[in-house]
Amino acid sequence: MKTLLAVLGALAAVLLIPPLLSSGSDDDVGDQVRGLRVLVPNAPGGGYDITARNAAKAIEEADLASRIEVFNLPGAGGTVGLGRIVNERGNGKLVMSMGLGVVGAVYTNKSPSSLADTTPIAKLIEEPDIVVVSKDSPYKDIGQLLAAWKANPGQIPVGGGSRAGGPDHLAPMLMAKAAGMDPRQVNYVPFDGGGELLASVLGGKIAFGVSGIGEYRDQIQSGDLRVLAVTSKDRLAGVTAPTLKESGVDVEFTNWRGIVAPPGISTNERGRLVNLFTRLAGSPQWREVLKRNGWTSAFQPGDEFGKFLAAENDRVATTLKELGLV
Amino acid sequence: MGSFTSLIDGFGTALTPVNLMYAVIGVLLGTTIGVLPGIGAAMAVALLLPITYGLDPTGAFIMFAGIYYGSMFGGSTTSILLNTPGETSSVVTAMEGNPMAKRGRGSQALAAAAIGHFVGGMIGTLLLVLLAPVVAKLAVGIGAPDFFAIMLLAFISVTSVLGKSRVRGFASLLIGLAIGLIGLDEMTGQQRLTFGSLHLSDGIDVVVVAVALFAVGESLWVAAHLRRIQAEPIPVGRPWLGRGDVRRSWRPWLRGPFIGFPFGAIPAGGAEIPTFLSYVTERRLSKNKDEWGKGAIEGVAGPEATASASASGTLTSMLTLGLPTTATAAVMLAAFQQYGIQPGPLLFERESGLVWALIASLFIALVLLLVLNLPLAPVWAKLLRIPRPYLYAGILFFASVGAYAVSGDVVDLVVLFVIGLIGLAMRRYGLPVLPAVIGVILGPAAEQQLRRALQISDGSVSGLVNSPMSVTVYVLILAILAWPLVRRRARDQASMVGP
Repeated sequence: MKTLLAVLGALAAVLLIPPLLSSGSDDDVGDQVRGLRVLVPNAPGGGYDITARNAAKAIEEADLASRIEVFNLPGAGGTVGLGRIVNERGNGKLVMSMGLGVVGAVYTNKSPSSLADTTPIAKLIEEPDIVVVSKDSPYKDIGQLLAAWKANPGQIPVGGGSRAGGPDHLAPMLMAKAAGMDPRQVNYVPFDGGGELLASVLGGKIAFGVSGIGEYRDQIQSGDLRVLAVTSKDRLAGVTAPTLKESGVDVEFTNWRGIVAPPGISTNERGRLVNLFTRLAGSPQWREVLKRNGWTSAFQPGDEFGKFLAAENDRVATTLKELGLV
Repeated sequence: MGSFTSLIDGFGTALTPVNLMYAVIGVLLGTTIGVLPGIGAAMAVALLLPITYGLDPTGAFIMFAGIYYGSMFGGSTTSILLNTPGETSSVVTAMEGNPMAKRGRGSQALAAAAIGHFVGGMIGTLLLVLLAPVVAKLAVGIGAPDFFAIMLLAFISVTSVLGKSRVRGFASLLIGLAIGLIGLDEMTGQQRLTFGSLHLSDGIDVVVVAVALFAVGESLWVAAHLRRIQAEPIPVGRPWLGRGDVRRSWRPWLRGPFIGFPFGAIPAGGAEIPTFLSYVTERRLSKNKDEWGKGAIEGVAGPEATASASASGTLTSMLTLGLPTTATAAVMLAAFQQYGIQPGPLLFERESGLVWALIASLFIALVLLLVLNLPLAPVWAKLLRIPRPYLYAGILFFASVGAYAVSGDVVDLVVLFVIGLIGLAMRRYGLPVLPAVIGVILGPAAEQQLRRALQISDGSVSGLVNSPMSVTVYVLILAILAWPLVRRRARDQASMVGP
């Protein structure tokens, strides 16, 4: 009897959990998109994941749609998820949270599907990168760092939270190029995400780090880290460092995130999705999310985002080609 | 002692009936989900994140503490009973735990794991309370050269798990290292052994490899032989830990946390390497050496205590530095940010009440887990009474669900069964599977740290020995390697001097 119970218990667990991971969909009523699923192409806790979960929550709170389900399909820098989106041709109830990292990953992974195959829905946010050193670093400002870097690129290891082709990798390469160096000489050390990089910057293991500001705010505030420059067009609130442009390095670089949908969806479905995210971007709940995470709003709907995507694609492709990575 | 008064206040918050209920719910949910292979603590916390949206931050984090520890614990149950590790931290537990279960000592193994988990978590959490700021500062000082030295140390200890035939042991290790090579090279973006498949470019999850080699390989092996051997159900012995078991386990329980905690606290430390180190340490120190491989209780007690303490170490880095050292910590960090709380050096000052309530609830979660799981151990162990054909069919089913759950991808199932077939072939030709799993764990980690160290030093070999810690570890390695020679010479001289 007990054995039977144990078996039943195990069965129940097995049968109950998968439905937690997936669910059905309902028919649309009027303007609302019901049963929308958001694919996150990286692991729980990653950037696209946080954006997707925050957006889903804000959409539900603002009552723009109900029952949004976020699920992860990580792999190959987001291109496994991209492949899935491209294969779901015509599915108007699926979108993918993505960003600049996926653009590079398409090249480094030699992915058969590209972002040009998807239907752009909206660009949501931007997160500028910072050039950061520990408080004990000999470099007090960006000028000193650049001088040392140009003199001996090999001896100045640069850390970033993404592997080759990712945003933290592209930023120092573009910087080096603008500063008149050969990007191939840059000694780039990839780390698994911002956390591991943070430890290496704090411990002085690398000369400087380039990363999104997200996880670093507290350390900057407490004085453990020193920001030498920001990569965005304007200075950042709460950070005293100049922009790269002000420092004579003609680079403007921001990591961005947005939403794309599968190819071949109807104009109607596309309109409804664009509308949903447009209304999200205007909601007070979303503004609250932006504030809490320190993200900059960078909303661009549908076609506008499509053009931006194409331009970013060219820029990444050119940079990677110069590095001999493509 | 400011920490202790704050901790007592924390208990005051965590012990209110409502918060206690959240802790119970968290522990139950965590254990249930953790039992499924493939759904590790990170996935469990991410899946359950929406449930906590309606709660106040304190309640939510108390629930998280329960889910985190609960899911780690659930992973070791399937590891012991079904040879199907639920997560990386319980891979090592399967090595001795499953043989124990097969000899009818399943409930003892589960009890040793439960108590090990409790002791490890308690000591780890106490260390968190006492050392949080210090550990965080030290953790940052450890870099790639130090890691690589530790990896080398671990590789040297691999020789003790190679089994009777060195050649077969090394062959198995190389199979593991080869599987570990699969994926995109992080430094250059080069594809390695991916055969053009995107799904392989992140490499193969250690859990999938372990489940395939342990569970699938064995199920196929049993299926191939069941006709010839008599199908007796696995015996279920006495339900409780005997005095002898406790005498053998208490030292590993106490040693484990001191291996696990520091590893959890350092970036890229995680639980795999310390649990393995604990395993080899216990094996070296054990007085019952002939029992290893057939179910030595020390091999369960030590690694479980280590895994649990490494989870506390992870929380230490996350709370004091905002440094997510594991995937689970990254999810928890995201959860903190949901509530507008930024973990980091200022967290203890800014959100003192919440942090101490969280720490207090870690203690509570541990007690709850022990209370829930110790009586359940004999009940779980009865699972093995199921006749073997059904049991192994169930294991295959569980393993497949788990592999699929890792990313919801059919490719993982193919990978699972291909490696499972390798596991079957290894059993057929007498290759031990253990070194292969160790190879998958250590290989990629060692490669990454070696190359990172060399990259930072711009290719100069001196970059590997430029820190006091790495030099110390290398000296230790030399001492271990030289010791047998020294001893032999001493013995030779003694025998020459002798009559």
